[in-house]
Amino acid sequence: MRVHQYEKAFLWLGAIMLVAFMIALLVTSVAMGIHLPGRAGEVDPLSINSIEPFNNPGVREVGPGRYEVVLLGSAWSWNPSEIRVPAGSEVTFLAASTDVIHGLHIDRTRVNMMLIPGQISRNTYRFERPGEHLLICHEYCGAGHHLMSGKVIVE
Amino acid sequence: MSVAESTRAVVLDPAGYQFPENQRRLIRWTLYIGYFALAAGVAHGFAQGLSYANIDVLRYFPGLRDYYQGLTAHGVANALFFTFTFSNAFLPLLTARALGRPMITGFLHATLWTLVAANITVIWAVTTGRATVLFTAYAPLQAHWAYYLGLVLLVVSTYIASAHLYVMLARWRKEHPGERIPLLAFISVISYVMWDLASVGIAVSFIGFLLPWSLGILERTDPLLNRTLFWFTGHAIVYAWLLPAYISWYALVPRQTNGKLVSDPLTRVVFIMFLLLSIPTGFHHQYTDPGISTNLKMFHAVLTFGVFYPSLATAFSVVAAMEIGGRRNGGGGLLGWIRKLRWDDPSFTAQVLAMITFVLGGITGLINASYLVNQIVHNTAWIPGHFHMTVGSAVALTLMGVAYWIIPYLTDRKLWGRKFAVAQSWIYTIGVLIMARGLISGGLEGMPRRTFRVAANYGRDSWELAGALTGIGGTLMTVGAVMFFIVIVMTIVAGKKGEGPKDIPFAETLIPASRDGWDAKLDRLRLWTIAAVVLVLIAYAPFFITYLPARLISPGYNFF
Ligand code: HEM
Ligand SMILES: [Cu+2]
Ligand SMILES: [Cu+2]
Repeated sequence: MRVHQYEKAFLWLGAIMLVAFMIALLVTSVAMGIHLPGRAGEVDPLSINSIEPFNNPGVREVGPGRYEVVLLGSAWSWNPSEIRVPAGSEVTFLAASTDVIHGLHIDRTRVNMMLIPGQISRNTYRFERPGEHLLICHEYCGAGHHLMSGKVIVE
Repeated sequence: MSVAESTRAVVLDPAGYQFPENQRRLIRWTLYIGYFALAAGVAHGFAQGLSYANIDVLRYFPGLRDYYQGLTAHGVANALFFTFTFSNAFLPLLTARALGRPMITGFLHATLWTLVAANITVIWAVTTGRATVLFTAYAPLQAHWAYYLGLVLLVVSTYIASAHLYVMLARWRKEHPGERIPLLAFISVISYVMWDLASVGIAVSFIGFLLPWSLGILERTDPLLNRTLFWFTGHAIVYAWLLPAYISWYALVPRQTNGKLVSDPLTRVVFIMFLLLSIPTGFHHQYTDPGISTNLKMFHAVLTFGVFYPSLATAFSVVAAMEIGGRRNGGGGLLGWIRKLRWDDPSFTAQVLAMITFVLGGITGLINASYLVNQIVHNTAWIPGHFHMTVGSAVALTLMGVAYWIIPYLTDRKLWGRKFAVAQSWIYTIGVLIMARGLISGGLEGMPRRTFRVAANYGRDSWELAGALTGIGGTLMTVGAVMFFIVIVMTIVAGKKGEGPKDIPFAETLIPASRDGWDAKLDRLRLWTIAAVVLVLIAYAPFFITYLPARLISPGYNFF
């Protein structure tokens, strides 16, 4: 197959660029230890209110500077809807839905995960600076979806 | 014209082929259904843009219950009905023209009437408020069964159109043993091969789960499995929308500006890569989902970077083709050829502007695909910012540009309002760029998508400018869209009779297909299809093996 020399050069440059991007992306995730949510267990959405730890939503200190937030999403509210943690703490979110799919997003952070009935969503994030963040449901969950919000206050 | 020369065209016989009037009429009416869908979709797009600017115009929409009902209509009408209806008409027409034979009238009827049935069913379900679940139809929000049935019928119409393509190609091959498939036919057929394979996911989800579940036959369903099956189809579906536009960019646009398609074999390679790589990438839409291993997500991330490659190759090819045209038109210097392109031709202008916005659409897509970075943008307004520069303009504007020759061609009428049509594509493009700028910057500040912002009980100051730009851009897009409909309607009723183009604008190639050697193996569609299936199995088997059986845990919810 004949390929024009400019086209050949362009295709090589493109390939190198994509491989470089890919390496950068693998390095940030593997070497720097930043993770996406993955498999974190299952929970029956209909009996979730009587299953540990979701029978007791809220913020708990699990070690020095380390917190765990158990968070339930239901149409159309968060439980708890206000989360307070000190600046500099590392917070692990354990979240699940009691009904339909919801989306958990804390603005201006990378806490961004889907809540899918039956699955537990987990991710960890360090809140460095004091301030207030929005806790938003960002997946359509019915007529009141735009009312499903809360706050994360970093003190 | 000698035989050696004739193989340079992307069609078999450049001398011309005329379709019988009854077939032209059926293709025409299929296209009209698509434009009707676009009109319905765009109407609510206008309200969505303004909602992000904190202006509520919904109350002036008679019969509309809420924002999300309109958003469902917008997604379904624009992204599903408009796009696939167009493909159902465009691909058989191009394939038949490329092979120099008539279409098969029975298939055209079957496609058209299945589409009509799909439209009626879905329109009923959505307008009566029984299906406000958005076009993604995520369980366990449960729509009326008619909604799922209507969408299944839409997919069936694409299967009928595919069968039409396969039968035409098989007959041609029988009559022309050992010959290379004309390029235009090859890339048209392979686009629907890819889609047929990709659609298995939603077919299983809708027919196996959602339809029986909404009918009460199945009491509960599995939300994660349904979602995963949706996205099995859901990334490839964007290529099903895009490939007809690529076909036009590769094989038709060069002709419209006096250029040439650079390479026949490379074009085939690009489309084969889309067949192979479009589907095994679906988990990049589920990066933030629980229940899916991060290793698998990483694997799909790598393949997603792979499927970016054929688009990169396309960028070179289509620009080179136009440069050839610009220089043949007398343009000199490094960039002087750009001014010599056919900017007075609305069909050309619309499609070039579509390509330009697609550069930004592609770059933002690569950012979405970038694994951890997805956590910054997932489900924020950034995402509709991104895809209005892909499907919302690269595809939509290309299909508008195609309309500017195909409607005159099919009606044998002169295009009405040439200058008006040129202005149309500029206005739409400027609109989409402003709207995307708004949505993208808002998204980076956490402004969510799929949200009735006017009534939201939260917000940030930084969303004000972003929202205003969304509203301004969306309004300009709406103006552009309305101008498009004016041109089409006026052409149909008032275009000068007998002055339409007599043939489709097919290009010629600089590097033609060769009859023998390595290059000829590119035509082995069956082999490529098997390879694609194997890749899909490698990419998806780890999930299904470790996950199944289905967890039937969720009853249906009707929260709308
Ligand atoms: C006048 C032209 C248009 C305007 C003003 C417009 C505006 C918008 C806006 C503001 C959104 C975000 C809504 C939200 O997330 O709450 C949206 C969503 C969307 N648009 Fe458009 N749009 C237009 C045309 C199109 C076209 C031509 C297509 C495709 C061919 C398209 C496909 C979509 C899709 C698939 C969604 C996502 C729906 C969902 O989230 O379920 N739009 N549009
Ligand atoms: Cu929600
Ligand atoms: Cu995708």
